[in-house]
Amino acid sequence: MPGLEDLYREIILDHYRAPRNRGELPVPPAHSAEGFNPLCGDEVVVYLAVDDGVVTDVKISGQGCSISQASSSMMSTAVKGKTVAEAHALIRAFKALMSIHGSMLEGESDGSDLAADLEGVRLGDLEALQGVVKFPVRIKCATLAWNTLAQVLDELDT
Amino acid sequence: MGALDVAPLKGDFPILTRRVHGKRLVFLDSAASSQKPVAVLDAMDRFQRERYANVHRGVYTIAEEATSAFEDARRRVARFVNARAVREVIFTRNATEAINLVARSWGSANLHEGDVVVLTHMEHHANIVPWQMLAAERGIVIRWIPLTPDYRLDLADLDRILDGASLLAVTAMSNVLGTINKIRPLADAAHAAGARILVDACQHVPHVTTDVRDWDADFVAFSAHKMLGPSGIGALWGRESLLDAMPPFLGGGEMILDVDLDGFTTNDLPQKFEAGTPAITEAIGFGAAVDYLAGIGMDAVRLHEKRVAQYAIALLRERFPSTLTLYGPDDVADRGAVISFLFDGIHAHDISQVLDEEGVCVRAGHHCAKPLMRILGVPATSRASFYLYNDEADADALADALERAARFFAL
Repeated sequence: MPGLEDLYREIILDHYRAPRNRGELPVPPAHSAEGFNPLCGDEVVVYLAVDDGVVTDVKISGQGCSISQASSSMMSTAVKGKTVAEAHALIRAFKALMSIHGSMLEGESDGSDLAADLEGVRLGDLEALQGVVKFPVRIKCATLAWNTLAQVLDELDT
Repeated sequence: MGALDVAPLKGDFPILTRRVHGKRLVFLDSAASSQKPVAVLDAMDRFQRERYANVHRGVYTIAEEATSAFEDARRRVARFVNARAVREVIFTRNATEAINLVARSWGSANLHEGDVVVLTHMEHHANIVPWQMLAAERGIVIRWIPLTPDYRLDLADLDRILDGASLLAVTAMSNVLGTINKIRPLADAAHAAGARILVDACQHVPHVTTDVRDWDADFVAFSAHKMLGPSGIGALWGRESLLDAMPPFLGGGEMILDVDLDGFTTNDLPQKFEAGTPAITEAIGFGAAVDYLAGIGMDAVRLHEKRVAQYAIALLRERFPSTLTLYGPDDVADRGAVISFLFDGIHAHDISQVLDEEGVCVRAGHHCAKPLMRILGVPATSRASFYLYNDEADADALADALERAARFFAL
């Protein structure tokens, strides 16, 4: 039986208590998207400043539980300074970490895909969120900011 | 009337002997759905083993037995809320479907562009969204009764709000605040204004004696699963003259008297509103749940819950004087045992997670009442809701678990 310490690692509580990159950016020139978790009312707004294919600044606003707040804080530090392509790779890697995979409904096992998605991507602190997988209800808390980031990136593409 | 002796009563609920994370299961989420006594589980099991068949169709013995058991359940439910006639009780999927039935059927016949439906700020989404759908589709107008600072309906402007309205749709007991609304004066005011009144009694019928005639209501919606019965069945009680005049809701078998290539004629009440094979076994369970509650006596249930709510509220205030905010009236005289709270600096989700480690089940989130949460200015609350199988020891377990959460998240 997984314990609370698997879920609430110290680094997670640290990001929850002292969230990084809190705030807003003026839109435009920045891009933003809003994400909701309809089950619990958590909401997050992700602001992204992109210059020449590079994420030059990230800000996060909204509110939610420690897992969603810590995950969005960690996401902001991981994505800042990366190229848009690297940000996409990070999203895929994080979702693989959360056992959510594009091929999961069709494939029997996504082990090889998971390895491929994690390859060459340094998740660093984000790996502390892996304990969330043992608490399936909370996976949505952890992925909220990442799905919202994906929304912003999608809008960039169009 | 004597106080409830909860200890032997707990023995009627098999799930309460379960352990979670090595701890005694402390179930404090009955406002979401209640646990089931052996009497209900056995009635459903026996029915399926011994006399299950479709209802209102077959002429063979078990089909007749099934039909008579099904209709007998309806009679028990009707008696439980003091309906004038058994045919005034329509079985639905749940209270949500009961409200949607009224919005679709009565609403389509009676509400037109510009007509006013009055709601309150403490409604559940189930009593908001069906009306918002009608607002979007046919331009009805929604007016709102606000709240007072002590979490009751602010009736100061009631006459003005009801002026020219077609319907008042109001909860009898808030699933977030626990506030019990006095329905009779609201019904009188609505009728004086020429409006009908629909009561969302989902949280009321399981906990407080409910008398639809005494309320002088027009429609009353409730769900079996919140009153010790199974999920998948609920009821709409409606004033017979209104139900008779309403067009059907869903079309299909059971709801017709005759069908030919050119059209159909509707069946009589209540089958008119029960298209398709109903939740037969669940209806049997609903009837058994009502019998169980009636056997204990709703006055005894209410008295017990008042006592436990008073104990729990006082305990939480005493143990967490500066870190815990309660949302709901203080006086248990007009509130149920639904206790919503916010813990300083700890999100409701995280509270709920730590409590689960201690075997304590509480709800975290917006409780399907997002407009109310916005008005309270909170993103989410924790909610502990007590029922007849909860006692002071459960309140103690809640407080101890909260203590652990506070230590764990010490900021």
